[in-house]
Amino acid sequence: MSQEYRLILKNADQPGYTTDMDCYLRHGGYGALKKALALPVKDLPDGKKMTAQEQIREDVKASGLRGRGGAGFSCGLKWSFVDRKSGKPIYLICNADESEPGTFKDRQIIYKDPHQLVEGMIISCFANDVHLAYIYIRGEMPDGARILKKALADARAKNFLGKNILGSGYDLEIYVHRGAGAYICGEETGLIESLEGKRAYPRIKPPYFPAVLGLYMCPTIVNNVETLAAVKHIVTMGSAEYAKLGTPNNTGTRIVSVSGQVKKPGYFEVEVGKATIGELIFHEKFGGGLKDGRKLKAIIPGGSSSKVFKAGEKFKLKRKGADGQMTAVEVDMLDLPYDFDSLQQAGSMSGSGAIIVVDDSTDIVSVLANLSEFYAHESCGQCTPCREGSLWMNKALHRMSHGHGRKQDADYLLNIAQNIQGRTICAFGEACAWPVLSFVNKFKDEFVAKGAADEAKNHGGAGPTNEMKIAASPRAD
Amino acid sequence: MSTTETKPAPPPVEKIKIKVDGREIEVPKMTPDWQGKMQPTTMLQACALANQDVPHYCYHPKLPIAGNCRMCLVEFGTPMIGPDRQPVKNEDGTPKIAKSVLPYEPSTPRGAIACATPISPGMEIYPSSPATKQMREAVLESLLINHPLDCPICDQAGECKLQEYSVDYGKATSRFVEEKEHKPKQVDLGPRIMLDDERCILCSRCVRFSKDIAGDDALGFASRGSRNFLTNFPGKKFDNNYTLNTVDICPVGALTSKDFRFQMRVWFLKESKSVCTSCATGCNIVIGSRENKVYRYEPRENDAVNSSWMCDAGRLNYKWINSEFRLTQIKGPKTEWSLALRDIAETLRKAPLGSVAMVASARQTNEELYLLKKLATKLNALTDSVPRTGEGDKLLVNADKNPNSNGAKLIGIAPAQMGSNLPKIAEGIHSGSIKTLIVFGEDVTKCGISADLLGKLSTLIVSDILPNKTTEAAHYVLPGCAHAEKRGSFVNTKGRVQRFMQNTQPKGNARAEWEFLHELVYDVTGQNGFVSIEGLFNQMAKEVPAFQGVTWAALGDLGVTINL
Ligand SMILES: Cc1cc2nc3c(=O)[nH]c(=O)nc-3n(C[C@H](O)[C@H](O)[C@H](O)COP(=O)(O)O)c2cc1C
Ligand code: SF4
Ligand code: SF4
Ligand code: SF4
Ligand code: FES
Repeated sequence: MSQEYRLILKNADQPGYTTDMDCYLRHGGYGALKKALALPVKDLPDGKKMTAQEQIREDVKASGLRGRGGAGFSCGLKWSFVDRKSGKPIYLICNADESEPGTFKDRQIIYKDPHQLVEGMIISCFANDVHLAYIYIRGEMPDGARILKKALADARAKNFLGKNILGSGYDLEIYVHRGAGAYICGEETGLIESLEGKRAYPRIKPPYFPAVLGLYMCPTIVNNVETLAAVKHIVTMGSAEYAKLGTPNNTGTRIVSVSGQVKKPGYFEVEVGKATIGELIFHEKFGGGLKDGRKLKAIIPGGSSSKVFKAGEKFKLKRKGADGQMTAVEVDMLDLPYDFDSLQQAGSMSGSGAIIVVDDSTDIVSVLANLSEFYAHESCGQCTPCREGSLWMNKALHRMSHGHGRKQDADYLLNIAQNIQGRTICAFGEACAWPVLSFVNKFKDEFVAKGAADEAKNHGGAGPTNEMKIAASPRAD
Repeated sequence: MSTTETKPAPPPVEKIKIKVDGREIEVPKMTPDWQGKMQPTTMLQACALANQDVPHYCYHPKLPIAGNCRMCLVEFGTPMIGPDRQPVKNEDGTPKIAKSVLPYEPSTPRGAIACATPISPGMEIYPSSPATKQMREAVLESLLINHPLDCPICDQAGECKLQEYSVDYGKATSRFVEEKEHKPKQVDLGPRIMLDDERCILCSRCVRFSKDIAGDDALGFASRGSRNFLTNFPGKKFDNNYTLNTVDICPVGALTSKDFRFQMRVWFLKESKSVCTSCATGCNIVIGSRENKVYRYEPRENDAVNSSWMCDAGRLNYKWINSEFRLTQIKGPKTEWSLALRDIAETLRKAPLGSVAMVASARQTNEELYLLKKLATKLNALTDSVPRTGEGDKLLVNADKNPNSNGAKLIGIAPAQMGSNLPKIAEGIHSGSIKTLIVFGEDVTKCGISADLLGKLSTLIVSDILPNKTTEAAHYVLPGCAHAEKRGSFVNTKGRVQRFMQNTQPKGNARAEWEFLHELVYDVTGQNGFVSIEGLFNQMAKEVPAFQGVTWAALGDLGVTINL
């Protein structure tokens, strides 16, 4: 299906649509909240009763909603892990740190339709007996913070927030907290540390699973902006209707950010799995194809941390046939449905829903050097493999992209990256290792050729001299 | 009198079975954490019980767990659970083990940090497997790529974990061909601490110690990634009274003691177990010396007393031992030990009962005080010690600055109100009823017995180790020993009886007090029987009720608690 399905961004880009409360209310805003608060206790066949909160939680589970922040974890399942017996308050945090390179979807909601997020959050908080929630917004989005603060103030004025919300007896406060500009503040436990006023060093798990020992060591839910906005629609539509959107196990809609060397970079809301990567890049309703005369070289399918696809790569996907049997079908990378499961089966991930397109005019070593500079700069530096490995890879790639490569650098890089993934405190370890592992493995001939050419050009293969290394060192700041 | 802690019978310890390197062992399900709270036993603790030490940098048993160095990564597996939620069995009926692997790359083992991962029943840990070894090698390589390798000029050399693990997991050559990161090498963190940021492996032990043990949130990291560096907060000196402990726990040579740095190679130090004498807490220490010169004190772990720590003031209070002004010769009519002691004994024997008084020091050992008490009893002498108070804190430092006030009281040298007999002694000298005064280790001119009063005495016998107004006025000065130069025991503020060992030799002609007191007591009273410190202590324990049942041997390295 080569067209958008705008659910969350339905109004956002409509002419005349503003961030004002009145505008939101005119478009049916806060109807879902009213509906949620008014849900009657449900009698179950076995005689038990189900509270409004339990019904919403059940609905979110049944809707199949998967987290839009990166890992694609079931939202309903995440909520079910929350320790509700601890006697401690439960917190909810909206992760609005959106920093994964290539990703620019949460900000569309924040800047253009903030009340939708606020409403989704209030419902999610209500469903989880949360009375205090935070929106942690990335430091580089001061306007977004201002818009959200205004939206919260307006919601408070209408008693959608505060004490005894709309006479329901339910109290909730939401605060906006601005980060200071660090990618790692998007990692949920780093975010929590930062919110507590500390350095955003991610926590070790075990024991610090947010659902049990989160903010201030209390049970905490961390959800992405888009995930929370979707909750509003699940309540409005009902879980069954929501689950009809998208494809099985990959329900609902997703805002995909398409960037890089395409004619029309932009964001597109589509039903999950209903459009292929190829369509998202080439169709005129989406990315509009490559620039004239260029050929596709690579795609980073799910934000800069995801493993790259090489043009022409084929994957075996498990598909349920008409007879109900699972069969493996071969699929070209461009024909991969853009959903959670297919991309995972293809060895990568849909991550933050950001497709970055690389065409044949680009030196692949330089692309990776650029990415690795980001990770070397953003590693929080808490744990050894990522701290040392991210800068090591960056120094080697910088050296390579500045004409001082060696033939063995490809294996050197692979080995450094292997020693990071799976050995770190947080998933940043994978985030910095995966680009290197996938780029070098899939474009190995180019990396080796580059190294060989540099060696030949430099001094007959003796490797870089000290002066070359110093000249090639990336900036220190 | 009971001599050991009386605790209620411990509840039965719940055990679980795991395998370490294929060998099945039973380990307690719960183990005390850094605060002594029971927590699920970790892989690292379980491996230690199986005699498999897991290498680690950031983990310290007395600090909250950080899990940042990753040196303790181990390969492991857990019993496989089938779709029916039942354990899956091998053909021989043993449980099938699912080795932990990377979910996205099932051919690669995924380690767990042993320091923070709890064990579970049936778990298998492989601390010696090739995969575990590879993980350690990789972490070590990462730690070394930017390390300055200053070993030849680094104070930590010889007791450096980076060096130690390099022997086990390092390579002789480096494949790192990039430029190393450079960082500040001489950062003045505070009055006692110098930091070399290049050597720091960012393990955060010092940060956690300062914040969670010393209660001074003074240290932190700045910058990001590999360029992170340890620093103190702007304008705030790292100057609490416990800063030097960070030098001990720093696994590398990043934090150095301004006092000790560049003074002595650690492998030359002769070390012995001792006790700090600067307050009534009696922190357990190790004294390090070379060629009869003391170079440092370091804390020694004792959970009944000081955990693994000591205060800076106590640690640095050793310079007097090496003082050039130490008393090394007998001063008096006779200057040879046996003659002098006989001379003194004769004087004391002739003294009318009640005409002798004695000021002993609560910095003296139980054994010395016990001998002095024997003398005092024989002479019917009025005795006391000198109280010494200052500020205490919540962690270790006691307001009582004497290391053995309780010993002095229990043995009967000091009255319950220490110092309350001093005015009486002064009065006695003034009125002429006291003609002979014996002083050990105190300058009595500072506590109400002026030099003028001392001048009225017919005999003033003093033993000390440094000169003062009292030794100046003495007829006899017997040069004694610092605790580093002898053996003995103290009773700390909580009734812990702790012994300490000799490290250096007495200066010049000086002798350990208990040795010459033993002779003097024999000369005066005719009593004999204890020629060794062991015998002396055991004899005392029989005679002094509070010590009953305790023996020198039973004191061990960590001491024994008695009822006060
Ligand atoms: C290095 C790193 C950076 C992350 N950055 C973000 C981010 O900017 N925004 C976000 O929503 N999630 C981010 N995540 C994922 C969060 O940790 C968390 O899984 C997510 O907020 C959960 O929300 P969801 O379940 O609704 O997806 C990041 C994770 C990692 C490891
Ligand atoms: S993996 Fe990287 S970002 Fe995550 S805690 Fe370790 S050093 Fe920090
Ligand atoms: S100074 Fe030492 S203790 Fe502190 S973080 Fe660095 S290596 Fe660890
Ligand atoms: S607390 Fe007392 S005994 Fe311990 S080190 Fe300090 S002065 Fe010495
Ligand atoms: S000892 Fe450092 S991570 Fe376990």
